[in-house]
Amino acid sequence: MVRLENITKIFSKGTIDEKVAINGITLHIRKGDFITIIGSNGAGKTTILNLTAGTFTPDEGDIFIDDSRVTRLPEHRRAKYLGRIFQDPLMGTAATMTIEENLAMADLRGHVRGLRWGIKKARRDHYREILKTLDLGLETRLKDTVSLLSGGQRQSLTLLMVTLSLPKLLLLDEHTAALDPKTAQTVMGLTQKIIEENNLTTVMVTHNMLQAINYGNRMIMLHEGKVQFDIEGEEKSALTVGEVVKRFGAELKDETLLC
Amino acid sequence: MSRGGQSSPLPNGELMLLSSLLRTVPISLEQGLAYGLVALGIVITFRILSFPDLTVDGSFPLGAAVVARLITEGVSPVYSIIAAIICGFVAGCCTGLLNVKLKINSLLAGILMMTILYSVNLRIMGRSNIQLLTVNTLLTPLENLDVNRFIPIIAFFVLVVLLVKFLTDMFLHTQIGFAMRATGDNEQMIRTLGVNTDNMTVMGLGISNGFVALSGALVAQDQGFADVGMGIGMIVAGLASIIIGEALFGKRTVQRLTLAAIVGSIIYKFIISLGLRLGLAPTDLKMATGVMVILALGIPALRKEKEGKLHLRGV
Repeated sequence: MVRLENITKIFSKGTIDEKVAINGITLHIRKGDFITIIGSNGAGKTTILNLTAGTFTPDEGDIFIDDSRVTRLPEHRRAKYLGRIFQDPLMGTAATMTIEENLAMADLRGHVRGLRWGIKKARRDHYREILKTLDLGLETRLKDTVSLLSGGQRQSLTLLMVTLSLPKLLLLDEHTAALDPKTAQTVMGLTQKIIEENNLTTVMVTHNMLQAINYGNRMIMLHEGKVQFDIEGEEKSALTVGEVVKRFGAELKDETLLC
Repeated sequence: MSRGGQSSPLPNGELMLLSSLLRTVPISLEQGLAYGLVALGIVITFRILSFPDLTVDGSFPLGAAVVARLITEGVSPVYSIIAAIICGFVAGCCTGLLNVKLKINSLLAGILMMTILYSVNLRIMGRSNIQLLTVNTLLTPLENLDVNRFIPIIAFFVLVVLLVKFLTDMFLHTQIGFAMRATGDNEQMIRTLGVNTDNMTVMGLGISNGFVALSGALVAQDQGFADVGMGIGMIVAGLASIIIGEALFGKRTVQRLTLAAIVGSIIYKFIISLGLRLGLAPTDLKMATGVMVILALGIPALRKEKEGKLHLRGV
């Protein structure tokens, strides 16, 4: 469904700081895949998401969504295919706008916006209904500005916003890493629920080995801009942290990966 | 004028002050409203888009210049004002394009446009000022009414300013308005939702400077002349107005922000005319305004508050 063909991305090309972030990666994301991507700092995890979303364009290679080439399509024009959640819980919502205004904006992801009212009355009831599923009491706070919410609440709201107009591909960029452990677990549970209920194709970048192993049907490990391994199905479900360490211990200098 | 006779309960000095105070009210109202449109424009750039746009110092006299030239050429005041708004809109869009297309720092883009507009304004007027006292302007019929001049003029400005305020409030609650607010709030987020934030920035700057040019066009007709130097310090005065207004109304909703701009502008003019009456030299006016803005922006920083900090993009 989404194909990255032979992608290379070099930062600060031609300078002393030149860094090959992605080195000839080919990756096919199939419909229904829930891929977890793991790797140490600088392995190219986030760069892969940025390339897929169109934040950067690759130096070499091509990106296809449903067989149409999107390599040079700017970020805002890929939006109708992609949902994205960032590590920073502040990144997914507009703080000075209200909860319902944020939801209404997500309602229109990838659509042409006009001079109609930003919030339709009929949708407001829908927003209240889906906010109830979060169980955070937000359904009574539609007109509160998002700046009043905690990081966990904001990240949950961002997840809910993704479901308003379902993307072909959901990109999760270490979206629980900035939350406290308990909130992270709640948000991850919610993520899993939303992905399953809507059968979303997902790519999740994570720093947490356990998370990478426990979630998803396919796991990819990146190292220095290359795919170190790409396993799925039963081989993936049988995987343990110890085994990964044994097989790839040399590359896992990054200790946070193991916690 | 009352002088505080012997039976007056108030001592002479206080009564003088009170009468000064009262006599500055109509003129402050009139000017505050007329300049309130500048503050409204600045709300759109500084507050909604988080874009520190300095084009204002050029687009204000631009509106005045266009209206002065066209009216003296015999064009109807209404068409002249519409032309002034369009010119302001285009000037704002140019600043936006300098920033989003040529990647010129937002402050510098505004300074460049402001400087260019100085020459443009001189070109439009053909000289450094045009007087409008002897021609018919939009306000002439109002001034010829058989009542105190202030009443119809102030009523007119109230009408125009409230109309612009309500249109702005409405616009900022449409789908595009949401996208524009989100562009200033969280550019990355709204881009991932499919909005071309460059277009939003250019459009917002255009609208803002359209308001500013409208203000310039009305002020020129009100005071009876357009002058190439009338925009100097406009951005600082507008910021001062916004800060005063926000202190009163807060900035939680769009409606409050726009209301704060207008009321702030009136209070600002009131403070200024009061200051002048109490002996502030007109030459020190811009310095006093500048110090006022520095204090308002600086005190939260000195207190190490995060709240008061201006969040700005493109710098």
